[in-house]
Amino acid sequence: MNSTLLRGDLARGIWRKTWALAVFFSAVGLCGAVSVKAASDRVGVVREAQLKVAKIYGAGGFRGLEAYQSGVVISPEGYILTVWSYVLDTENISVSLADGSKYEAKLLGADPTLEIAILKVDAHDLPYFSLDDAPAPKVGARVLAFSNLFGVAVGDEPVSVQMGVVAAIGALSARRGAFESRYRGPVYMVDAVTNNPGAAGGALTDRSGRFIGLLGKELRNAKNNTWLNYALPAAELTASVDAIKRGETRPRAADGSARRPLDPHQLANLGITTVPNVLNNTPPFVDRVDRNSPAFAAGLRADDLILFVDGRLVSSIAALQTELELISRDQPLRLTVQRGGELINVVLKSSNRR
Amino acid sequence: MIRCLAYLSAVLVCGPLWLPAGALAEGRSDENMARVLRAEQDRIDAIARAVPASVAIFDEAGKGGGSGVVISADGFALTNFHVVQPVGAFMKCGLPDGEIYDAVVVGVDPVGDVALVKIYAKKPLPVAVLGDSDQLQAGDSCFTVGNPFLLATDLQPSVAWGIVSGVHRYQYPAGTLLEYADCIQTDAAINPGNSGGPLFDGQGRLIGVNGRGSFEKRGRVNVGVGYAISINQIKHFLGYLHSGRIVDHATLGATVSSDDEGRVVVTHILDSSDAYRRGLRYRDEIVAFGGRSIGSANAFKNVLGIFPKDWEVSLRYQRGGEQHDVVVRLAGVHRSEELIAKVQAKRRMIPHPQPKKDAPKIEPPKKEEASPHALAKYFTKRTGFANYYFNQQERNRLWNSLRTQGSFADLTEPWKLSGLVNDAPFDITLSALSVFAGFPSGPAAIDVEQALNEQLGPEGSGGLLLALHMWRRLLIEGPERFGDVYYLGAAPRKIAWPENDEPDGALVDIIVATHDVVETHFLFDRKTGRLAALEMFSDSDVDPCSIRFSNEKDISEKNNAGRRLPHTLHVQWGDHNFGVLQVERWTLPQKSKEKS
Repeated sequence: MNSTLLRGDLARGIWRKTWALAVFFSAVGLCGAVSVKAASDRVGVVREAQLKVAKIYGAGGFRGLEAYQSGVVISPEGYILTVWSYVLDTENISVSLADGSKYEAKLLGADPTLEIAILKVDAHDLPYFSLDDAPAPKVGARVLAFSNLFGVAVGDEPVSVQMGVVAAIGALSARRGAFESRYRGPVYMVDAVTNNPGAAGGALTDRSGRFIGLLGKELRNAKNNTWLNYALPAAELTASVDAIKRGETRPRAADGSARRPLDPHQLANLGITTVPNVLNNTPPFVDRVDRNSPAFAAGLRADDLILFVDGRLVSSIAALQTELELISRDQPLRLTVQRGGELINVVLKSSNRR
Repeated sequence: MIRCLAYLSAVLVCGPLWLPAGALAEGRSDENMARVLRAEQDRIDAIARAVPASVAIFDEAGKGGGSGVVISADGFALTNFHVVQPVGAFMKCGLPDGEIYDAVVVGVDPVGDVALVKIYAKKPLPVAVLGDSDQLQAGDSCFTVGNPFLLATDLQPSVAWGIVSGVHRYQYPAGTLLEYADCIQTDAAINPGNSGGPLFDGQGRLIGVNGRGSFEKRGRVNVGVGYAISINQIKHFLGYLHSGRIVDHATLGATVSSDDEGRVVVTHILDSSDAYRRGLRYRDEIVAFGGRSIGSANAFKNVLGIFPKDWEVSLRYQRGGEQHDVVVRLAGVHRSEELIAKVQAKRRMIPHPQPKKDAPKIEPPKKEEASPHALAKYFTKRTGFANYYFNQQERNRLWNSLRTQGSFADLTEPWKLSGLVNDAPFDITLSALSVFAGFPSGPAAIDVEQALNEQLGPEGSGGLLLALHMWRRLLIEGPERFGDVYYLGAAPRKIAWPENDEPDGALVDIIVATHDVVETHFLFDRKTGRLAALEMFSDSDVDPCSIRFSNEKDISEKNNAGRRLPHTLHVQWGDHNFGVLQVERWTLPQKSKEKS
């Protein structure tokens, strides 16, 4: 009887101690968990977001012109949003995804005003950022920036991450000599140095890793030698991204289904002479404009770079010629050209046969 | 009134519904506030723990300098090689306690951009706790402490908080030196003057030494991309830096590249390299190196970059579906004269910030009368060394430790040892000019006057007799008369001393003694100070003959009381186990009175 009691007491005593210990440890555990929670949450968020950022390699490699930039995967089928830059001025755009897999990317199209472009790689089931339900941060919101700045990461190495806050939201007051950009819309200014060489096309996310903006190209104010750290808000991008994905900015020739008019436009008839077409992808620079031609009348000048024909991207003289062949001569021709840092839209009236 | 009542009742009815919800929300915001305050307090505590060990380094004129961090209470501190290089052997170190101390350079790692200095203070100094940089992940909190733009005129350092932007980064060498392998990338501000200063994790543990940033077109200021040498790399070099040497980095003697299938394969290998002798060949796939799996050429270079020359590293390679595990000894990147020449030619990588005219003038060191010569006795100049003084100190410490076995200086008569090797009898006679031996395989001998590196008997030992000859020579002659004898540093040795409790191999103190063309490494147990093993290299590109000593006891002979020698000698040549010499009898005759 005594021994039973004793055992009971002992058991209860042990139980009590165990209970006390359990309470004690869980309390300790809680304190520890809370204090390291913020940092460990961030590590998880960072790891996941890094999987959705691509390393893009293309043209460049000269002094001050890096041959690389960043991109964000925006769909599981391999659509990649990036900035439209000289890096993409090549037939051979190569993309490395987070797992180290390498792809030849196709330039699907670009928006000259936002200076964004979309690449497509032949992949499936990719982790991606959703542009549709992107939150709109307020000033002071903590943000993370993901990019392959300075080309630091190669192969399967994760891209770099930086942390900051949205310092201001406002229109990009671009002007000659100061932050020269075609885009004049709202941007998120960030207090961290996010827009380094190679960072353009990277992702700005909120602290939960949700995409909120695309890191823009490097912008410098020549007057005071300051550099802007900013991102284009997701909301500004979606309409254009959808249009590009639908193929609206792609040359018609790429579809293969476009009908050829009997009497199409021709460069000669328009009064445009391009620079000699010496390479596969010679950019369509205007070398000379004939007097009293449609081009002359529209105000086209030598050294203009023809970027778009009726809103479709033509990246080479060959592409320009093919595109013209698909447009009837009695239709007016809308051209978007780059003159210096500016984009200029011109309309060429129908041309007479020579 | 009715409306009032209705309103009241509505409130009363609603009351129970919204009250708990409100209380909950309020409770959560209290909890959030508590969490924020706790996180803030954690951060304050971490900084408070970290700051006292940080050092502002100035040159004697108080014009140039950088940062550093104290890692031992007796004053050893880490900084960058490129901070110490222009400053010279002596410097002033300001600590947050407000004191300026004199310091002297100890050892440098020019390729890794690390320098060890010693601060001479009359009291124990606050020390940074070393963390484990391999545990870091992108997104972890971290902070820099240091002396950016040499602002710390009151010796209170600047702190910049940020996150880890990337780990295991590889940064190509700047010029011919200063390769940052396996480094930590952070967005915490690193500016000129931060060089050599500490990077701490969120808990205030030392995880790296800041030294480099991606500076291009924006001038030499922080652009949110700084690099720190990982503390785990520095841990490998620390044992060598204490030797006062100019420490070199390592090469495998093979180059690798990623093939189309993403495998890392050997594209070139020197047949004189240790890796070749351990079986590695052209086209073999590198699976793991230094305990890390290798998925890219950068990953390989990252591992290679964290080890000094003469380090032993595990290597797993694959050929034809079969995996092989070996331990390879790494060779130096440079020939020693080459490294010294580069170090002398090397200029500053990050220019030292010049104080502006309107900036507060940096106080000249307070102890103006205490000229650097106060530490002159702690500095000895010698080619190949950052500070030979520390090498001598360590060498003498180990020699004194060896002398606790007894003094052998007078025992110049031939030494005899006999016993069993693999259960068969052997005997060896060691003298100044020759060695004779009888082994089960037959007789063997050395004529000391002939080319030593060609007399490597007995067969299959790689030069056991020559190794014993060198050992006897050191015991009798001592380091001063032996030849060139210096302290290499502390490093793990798996090959010569495989059974031990350290995961990376036992840490041993190594004395390198060169006589003629033969280089002998004497390995001392760091715990006991005993001579544990030796490795005799008859040539730089052949396997050494290794002898591991154990069973040390008194020589059972009159006149030799107090002299102790090992009675079990494990002999190994590369992968070949020669055998175990069980010594039954040592005979070390005294010099006869008549002769002397």
